[in-house]
Amino acid sequence: MELQCGPAVKSVALQLESVRKTFSNCVVIGDLNLQIDAGEFLAILGPSGCGKSTLLRMIANLAEPDTGRIDADPAAHRTAFVFQDAHLLPWRTVLDNVVLPLELARKNKAESHASAQAILEQVGLGDSASRYPNELSGGMRMRVSLARALVTEPSLLLLDEPFAALDEITRFHLEVRLRDLWQRLGMTVIFVTHSISEAAFLANRALVMTRRGGQIKLDRRIDLPAVRDNGLRSGAALGGEIAILLAAMEEE
Amino acid sequence: MPRKWRTSAKTILPPLIPFVVLTLTGEWIVRAGIVPSYLLPTPTAVFRAIIDNRAELTRAMLKTSGSAFAGFALSTIIGIGIAVLLSSSRWVQRAFYPYAVFFQTVPIIAIAPLLVIWFGYGMRTVVASAFVVSIFPVIANTLNGILSTDPALRDLFRLYDASQLDTLIKLRFPAALPQILTGLRISSGLAVIGAIVGEFIGGDGIGSVIDVARTQQRVDKVFAAVLMASLLGLLLFGLINLVSTLTLRRWHASEQQP
Repeated sequence: MELQCGPAVKSVALQLESVRKTFSNCVVIGDLNLQIDAGEFLAILGPSGCGKSTLLRMIANLAEPDTGRIDADPAAHRTAFVFQDAHLLPWRTVLDNVVLPLELARKNKAESHASAQAILEQVGLGDSASRYPNELSGGMRMRVSLARALVTEPSLLLLDEPFAALDEITRFHLEVRLRDLWQRLGMTVIFVTHSISEAAFLANRALVMTRRGGQIKLDRRIDLPAVRDNGLRSGAALGGEIAILLAAMEEE
Repeated sequence: MPRKWRTSAKTILPPLIPFVVLTLTGEWIVRAGIVPSYLLPTPTAVFRAIIDNRAELTRAMLKTSGSAFAGFALSTIIGIGIAVLLSSSRWVQRAFYPYAVFFQTVPIIAIAPLLVIWFGYGMRTVVASAFVVSIFPVIANTLNGILSTDPALRDLFRLYDASQLDTLIKLRFPAALPQILTGLRISSGLAVIGAIVGEFIGGDGIGSVIDVARTQQRVDKVFAAVLMASLLGLLLFGLINLVSTLTLRRWHASEQQP
């Protein structure tokens, strides 16, 4: 992987060609073809255990497909990954956690600290830089995790059910913030979730995966305004999108 | 009572009560003739033995401390080193871990004469003995700590192309620190035991004081020396606890007030 030394690209396009992955004779992803445009906000929706996370790990190069290929354009780009739980280093302060990716890439220390502090301001944690993860709430920890992912200015941001463990109000706030960050930074986002309303609210395009066999059940452009705020949540437009995704999920 | 006094009373009083009760009971059962004094000395006799032999005991204590500390330091450094090597691959682990278990199962009293043959009479044998008995808990706990590093964090380091060395220093080692310290706590006590066993055979220190006093039927002096050895163990244990508090206090549940 040449993720760290590539030129700065804003976003990346991905091409998946007959990607297949099996675990002990069980087909997790079966001959999947998928084109993801640069700068897209894609949600992958499906029941638990349908292979969404495996797909995300293969895109991140953390797992290899058995057959098929995943091409990125440009090939040299930066990927960031946000896990289901924040997964911070508990022995490091908030700031030192956010600095970590830059530190591992041997970036200038003073500049790294400045960018980490700047990104913390963006996620609303500017005054918590010197605190330790165990002194923060779940929502704050997830924001630190998000800041750590964004500090490298990734052109591809992968999120694996990042808000699943949070209470609803916190989740709503973070969804609005994530959408806003995406609009400003313009990277490609792939967001894995099992929440239908979350997928509909966040994404420009949503995929519904089949329960078994790792196939795409529905590929839908979400027809909602570009700027999304909490007001949208009670509107009929979002309700309509949710109904369509729900119907596809229920056919399973 | 000021709050500070009350909290220190809360920590000091509980262990003090059994001490006082046991001491008084010991004094009484010997004085009352229930147990003869050549089997169990009265606490006052032990105290007198400490005072009377203070020069000899202090000298012995310093000797034993030096050897136990040296053996324990070797265990810490070499034990962590071995654990890091073992953690490098499953294959290495399968090939060599069974031999590391040897340190755990070896009866130190049986190989101590062998150590004398190898290292001669004196401190080198005693240090070797302390080292042999105290290294395994360091290896086992460090290895376990390193191997149980959160897989998601390992993925994160892989995603950012972290070098092996960075992953070890910035992730695996700090993640394993609480367990490394658990290993060191166990090892610190074992190192003192190992040193004294070594001294039984290799001469010098508290071990030889105990051995000589035993042959002279000086039970009070045996107890005085044993008390010294326990103090030494406690000292090492306290040292590890201090390191533990200083390093873990900000982030690990084991060092935080409920």
